[in-house]
Amino acid sequence: MLICTALSLLPKETSGEYGPIAGYVPVVLLLLIAIAFPVAALAAGRLVRRKVETPEKQIPYECGVDPISDSKDRFSVRYYMIAMLFLVFDVETIFLFPWAVIYDKLGVFGLVEILIFLGILVVGYYYAWRKGALNWV
Amino acid sequence: MTIQQIVFIVFALIITAGGVGVLVQRNPLYSAFSLILSFIGLAAMYILMGAQFLGVIQIVVYAGAIMVLFVFVIMLLNVRDDELHPDRHKYLLYIGVPLGLGLIAEVFYVVTRVQIAPAITDMHATGTVGTVERIGVGLLTEYLLPFEATSVLILMAVIGAMHLAKREKE
Amino acid sequence: MPLLNILGYPTIYETFAILPELLLVLFGCAALVLDVLLPRERKELTAYFCLAGIGTALLALWQVFETNRIRLPFTVFYGMIAVDGFSLTLRLVALVAAALAIAMAVKYLDVEEEQHGEYYALILFATSGMMFLSSGVDFITLYVGLELMALSVYVLVGYLKWNVQFHEKRGEKSSEAALKYFLMGAFSSAILLFGFSIIFGLTGTTNVEQVAGLLPGLFKANMLTTTGDARLMAIMGIALVAAGLFFKIAAVPFHMWAPDAYEGAPTSVTAFMSVGPKAASYAMLARIFLVAFAPLRVTGDPQIPGWAVMFGVVAALTMTVGNVAAVTQQNAKRLMAYSSISHAGFILLGFVAGNEMGYAGAVFYLMAYTVMNLGAFGVLLSLRSEERVGDKLDDLNGLYQKQPALALMMLVCLLSLAGIPGTGGFMGKFYLFGGLIQAGNKWMNILAVVAALNVVISLYYYARFIKAMFTGKEKEEAPVTLSPPLHATIVLTVILVLVMGLYPQPFSQLSRFAVERLGPPTPPQAAQK
Repeated sequence: MLICTALSLLPKETSGEYGPIAGYVPVVLLLLIAIAFPVAALAAGRLVRRKVETPEKQIPYECGVDPISDSKDRFSVRYYMIAMLFLVFDVETIFLFPWAVIYDKLGVFGLVEILIFLGILVVGYYYAWRKGALNWV
Repeated sequence: MTIQQIVFIVFALIITAGGVGVLVQRNPLYSAFSLILSFIGLAAMYILMGAQFLGVIQIVVYAGAIMVLFVFVIMLLNVRDDELHPDRHKYLLYIGVPLGLGLIAEVFYVVTRVQIAPAITDMHATGTVGTVERIGVGLLTEYLLPFEATSVLILMAVIGAMHLAKREKE
Repeated sequence: MPLLNILGYPTIYETFAILPELLLVLFGCAALVLDVLLPRERKELTAYFCLAGIGTALLALWQVFETNRIRLPFTVFYGMIAVDGFSLTLRLVALVAAALAIAMAVKYLDVEEEQHGEYYALILFATSGMMFLSSGVDFITLYVGLELMALSVYVLVGYLKWNVQFHEKRGEKSSEAALKYFLMGAFSSAILLFGFSIIFGLTGTTNVEQVAGLLPGLFKANMLTTTGDARLMAIMGIALVAAGLFFKIAAVPFHMWAPDAYEGAPTSVTAFMSVGPKAASYAMLARIFLVAFAPLRVTGDPQIPGWAVMFGVVAALTMTVGNVAAVTQQNAKRLMAYSSISHAGFILLGFVAGNEMGYAGAVFYLMAYTVMNLGAFGVLLSLRSEERVGDKLDDLNGLYQKQPALALMMLVCLLSLAGIPGTGGFMGKFYLFGGLIQAGNKWMNILAVVAALNVVISLYYYARFIKAMFTGKEKEEAPVTLSPPLHATIVLTVILVLVMGLYPQPFSQLSRFAVERLGPPTPPQAAQK
C-alpha cells in the first residue's frame, strides 16, 4: 500500500534533479521497512516481556534439545560443490536479465542466441548431475 | 545540496562503515557480513552513476553468490578462538598504514588533476549507458560472440570445480 | 524490429568463418557427454573422438581459407573476429598443437590412472579459446578467449588427484602448481583488464584498429598542454597491458610461475601449455601491440621511448635469465620450463625488430618451437611408467641403449631447440636475427649479440640431455615403451622439424602470409632506441 502511494509520487522523467536514482524511492522505502521491522519487533518484545533469567534460558536454542557441541563446528566440504554450482548458475542467470528486457526487440534471433547459451550450460548441468555432484553421499 | 549528493554521502558512509567493520571484527563471520554491507552500498553507488545493471549484479553476484563462498570457507575452517594469533602479524600494520595513506594521496591527486577524456563525458551525458536494456542490446548484438563464448567459460567452471573438488576415487 | 535492421544479422556466411571454433566447442560438449556414458575401461575412446573433432576443425579451417581466399582480410560478427592470414595461420598452429597433445596423452593418462574424458574436452575448449585469441580484433573477444584458454589450463595443471596410489607426491604437486598458476594467472588477467579499461576510457572503443587510430591523437604535440595527463594515462594503460601479457608468455620479470607450474603439471599438460597457450598468447600480444598500439612503437618525442625499447629490454632479460637458470636444473620438466622462458625472449626479438622479416620470423619460430618442444616432451612422456616418474634428467640415462631410434629423435628436437643448422629452430633464429640486423641500428645489433651469446649458453644445457642419453649409465632396467599414438606424434614432430630446417620455403611463405597485413609501415625516421 505504502509502496503504491510512493510510486504515484515518483517523478516520471529520469533526468533533472533526481538523475539516475529517480524511480528508486520504493526500493529505499522497502529498505527502510526491512530495517524497521525487526528493530520494532525486538524493541516491542523487550518492552513487553518479563525478565526472568535462569541458566537454562541462557543456553542456545537447538530445537528444544540441549546443545551437544560448540557452535564452531567444521562444515562438510560437500557444501563446497553446492556453493560452487550455485555461484556458476547464478552468474548464468545474470545474463538472462538483459535478454528478457529486450526480447521483444530481438524476436526469434534473440531466442536462438539464448538457446545456444543455455544449451551449452545444460551440457554442464547434465555432466554435473551424472557425475553425482548433486548427490549428498 | 541535491538529493543525489545526500544519497551519495549516506551510502559512502555505509560503505566506509562496512569496510571498517571488516577490519575490526574479531569473528571472521562478522567481517564477511560487514563486507556484504559494503557491497550493498557499492551497488547503490553504481545506480547513482547510472549503471543500474552493474548495481544489480553487485547484489546478486557479489553480495549473494560470492559471499556464499566466503562464508562457506570461513565455516569450513571455523578456526577456534584459541587457534587465532592476532598479534603475529603486527608488523603488517607498519607496512599497511603508509600504503593506505599513499593510496589516498594518489586518489586525491587523480581526482584533482586528471582530466576526463571527452569520449567519456559524451557517453555520460546521455545517461542511459548502464541500463539493462542498453546492456542487453550490446550483449546480444554487437558482443554476441563473446557472450556465447562466456557460456563455454561457465561450462568450464562447472567442469573444473567438479573435477578438482571430487577427490575421492569412485 | 528496427534494432537488427540497423545492425544487420550475422549471416550464415559470417558464422561459417568461425566454424572451426564452433566444431571444437560442439565436440568438447559431446566428449563430456560421452565420458559420462562410457564405461570406465573404455574412457580412452573420448581421446579418439576428440582427435576426430580436431581433424574436422582442420578441414573446416581449410574450407574457410579456400572459400574466402580472394576476399581476405575481412571481419565478421560486428568487427569482433578477423579472418586474415594471421588468424588462419595461428589457428592452424593451435589445432596442430592440440592434436599432438591429445595423441601424446592417451597412454600417459592410463599410467597415471587418470583416464577421463574431461581432459580431452578441456583441451578442446582451451583450443577454441586459443583460436579466438588468434582471430579476435576486439579487446572483449580477446579477453574472453584468453580466459577460455587460461581457465581450462588451470584445471588441467591440477588434473592429478591426491590419492593416486603410486607417488602420493605427484597429486600434491599438481594441486600446488595449479593453485600457484591460478593465482598468478588471475592477477595478471586483472592487470591486463585494468590496462584495457584505461585504454577504453581514453579512446572510447575496444576495437584494436580504432584504438590504433585514436591513440596517436593523445600524443600530438599541441595536445600536451591541455591533456598532458591523458598521455600519461595512455602510457600507464599500455604498460599494464604489456605486464599482463608478459605474465601470460612467461617473460622476465613475470616468469616466476612457469617453473613451478610446468614441474607440477602432468607431463602431457606441460607439453601442451608450453606450446599452445604460449603461441596463442603471442597471437594476442601481436594483435594488440602490432595493431592497436602500433603507432606508439616508436614515439616521435625523444623524451618518451616507444614500447619497442621496453620489449627490447624484456627480450634480453628473458633470454638471459631463462638460460642461466636452466643450466643448473636437475629436473627435466623444470629445465624445459626455463628453456621455454628463454625461447619466449627469442620470439620477442621479432617484435623489437619491427619489420616484416622480424614479424614473419616470430611466426616461423612459433611454428618451429611448437613442434620441436612437443617432440622433446613426447620423449619425456615415454619415460613415464608404473615404476618411474620420468621427470629427472637422470631418467634419460642410457636411452640410446634401450631405444636408439627414440634417442636419435630426441637428439633432433634438442638440436633444433638449441638452433643447430639443418633444423627448424635454426631457421627460426635465422629469420629473427635477420630481422634485427635488417632494422640496422646500433641497439638492435647489440640485442642480436646478446641473443647469440644466449644460443651458446643454451647449447650447454641441451648438451646435458644428450650426454645423459648417450653416455649416461642406467640405474634400473625399466624398459621404455612407446604407445602407437605417442610414437606417431614424435615421428611426426621430428619430420616437421627437419622439413622446416631443410626445406623451409613453404613455412616461411606461410609466416609471410600471416604477417602480410599485420603491423603498420615503420615510421620513416630510423627507429631510435
